[in-house]
Amino acid sequence: MFEKVLTQHIQIPESRDIDYYMKHGGYQAFRKVLKEMDPDQVIEVVKESNLRGRGGAGFPTGVKWGFVPKNDDKPHYLLVNADESEPGTFKDRLLMDGNPHLVIEGAMIASYAIRANLSYIYIRGEFVKEARILEAAIQQAYDKGLLGKNILGSGYDLDMYVHRGAGAYICGEETGLIESLEGKRGWPRIKPPFPAIEGFLQSPTIVNNVETLACVPFIVERGARWFKSIGPESSPGPKLYCLSGHINKPGVYELPMGTNLKELIYEYGGGILDGKALKAVIPGGSSVPVLRPDEIDVAMDFDSLAKIGTMLGSAGTIVMHEDTCMVDALLNLIHFYRHESCGQCTPCREGTNWAERILKKIEHGQASEKDVDLLEEVANHINFRTICPLGDAAAMPIQSFLKKFRDEFNAHVAQHKCPLNSRL
Amino acid sequence: MKVEFSEAAKKEFDEIVKRYPQKRAALLTVLHLAQREFGWLSRDVMEYVGQLLDIPVGEVYDTASFYTMFYKKPVGKYHIQVCHTLSCALRGARNIYEHLEQKLGIKDGEVTPDGKFSLIKVECLGSCGTAPVVQINDDYYEGLTIEKLDDILNHLDKNSE
Repeated sequence: MFEKVLTQHIQIPESRDIDYYMKHGGYQAFRKVLKEMDPDQVIEVVKESNLRGRGGAGFPTGVKWGFVPKNDDKPHYLLVNADESEPGTFKDRLLMDGNPHLVIEGAMIASYAIRANLSYIYIRGEFVKEARILEAAIQQAYDKGLLGKNILGSGYDLDMYVHRGAGAYICGEETGLIESLEGKRGWPRIKPPFPAIEGFLQSPTIVNNVETLACVPFIVERGARWFKSIGPESSPGPKLYCLSGHINKPGVYELPMGTNLKELIYEYGGGILDGKALKAVIPGGSSVPVLRPDEIDVAMDFDSLAKIGTMLGSAGTIVMHEDTCMVDALLNLIHFYRHESCGQCTPCREGTNWAERILKKIEHGQASEKDVDLLEEVANHINFRTICPLGDAAAMPIQSFLKKFRDEFNAHVAQHKCPLNSRL
Repeated sequence: MKVEFSEAAKKEFDEIVKRYPQKRAALLTVLHLAQREFGWLSRDVMEYVGQLLDIPVGEVYDTASFYTMFYKKPVGKYHIQVCHTLSCALRGARNIYEHLEQKLGIKDGEVTPDGKFSLIKVECLGSCGTAPVVQINDDYYEGLTIEKLDDILNHLDKNSE
């Protein structure tokens, strides 16, 4: 039987309170780390657990921590990426809202592991309520002596603050986030150097997603073997899946990594809205390649989805039924990427702009077959030609929608209108 | 009009600056504070923030103009932000938006003549599971219907009198 750990107490209002959290075993992992483990041992157990980043890239968390220099004299920083903005994704918000101390404890352990004495939770500016909840929780942790100087007599110092963004999707990209935290535009940096070597204020910095860090206290407490026993061994652990769109029961579901997508939609999500037929599923947040109904019998984990040419991403699953116009849906997404392109790289800035214009033409029945080809060419010229993955994030939906739903694009051209009269 | 923080905001500013190893890193947080104090970020406000943090006004503007939540012109007392990205769009965000346009008599980016309401379409608010969603000032209103929306507007309208 799978035991929910990340969201177990989330329905209970007191779960935000430190006393409730501690009564249910909270901050035991942090105490254990301070008393019994040195930082490298913490990194080792996280490496062994095969925990992979829940923000989208799926990079092994322990390996990332291991890149931080061990004997340098620069300050180190741990940044919590709470800039949740990938369309279709709303899991971190739930954790911050209902289980803030778990996120904070994960950040404390990560800070200790990378020898950081200062940590910021970078939260998207719109999440005002969640920022307040986190601030209150951090204050409680200070009051209990779990933050500040010489924590629980261990000699370890750690300060933690909430830092609010101000409305920019690109700040979810880790170097964009760092630039933004430095008080600048969120323009991603060229890598290398990677943030683990040169990040915030040119010092070693680790940026981890909220859900990733929420897994850490359990790994410390229950061990790497326990974590690996949930889901596929190369991509294990409890996972928060977000269901939205044309689904009967939208929401966040905590399930073992590797849960079948079909099961997720029909059993947990209660099937398609209004009893309609399924047309398409975007499994991992708006930037990952779309799936057709005949492709959804697949395990939702990093490797299984990669095998069929898409990605787990942030596990933001967007469901679309038969009445959805795929041209209009793509136009909606490309509008998003055009708006959120930071403007730094020409292929992304100009490419998303052109792609949106061409898509408008197609959707409004003013395009020729050549325009559909041109759209594909534009996408191919964005891909892999930009500093950060936002360009790819825009190109992948275009390429996959065209590959899998080309007939709908052609129908718009042939009929000189949207066959479904879509108005998304 | 001379731009200056209230005493409470000055105290808050001092606290904010202490959280960062460098003053510049406090910029976004101070801009949030300034916007709360003055309603929006005029050139004078940006100059004031620049002076406080030793940053040239051009650089303050460079940063502020990058972020959609920093307003470069006045907004309404109630700033209504309608999410129109895919998950909300699939669940009727357009109806919500068009109803607001009609009811308030303003379009995307405009403010009602009495300054009470402003309306804007925004990108994904990260609440896709409770679509359609609207953010008014700091608060999210989720799982909206036209009826719920009307109730909220009436309530706000009354409150502002």
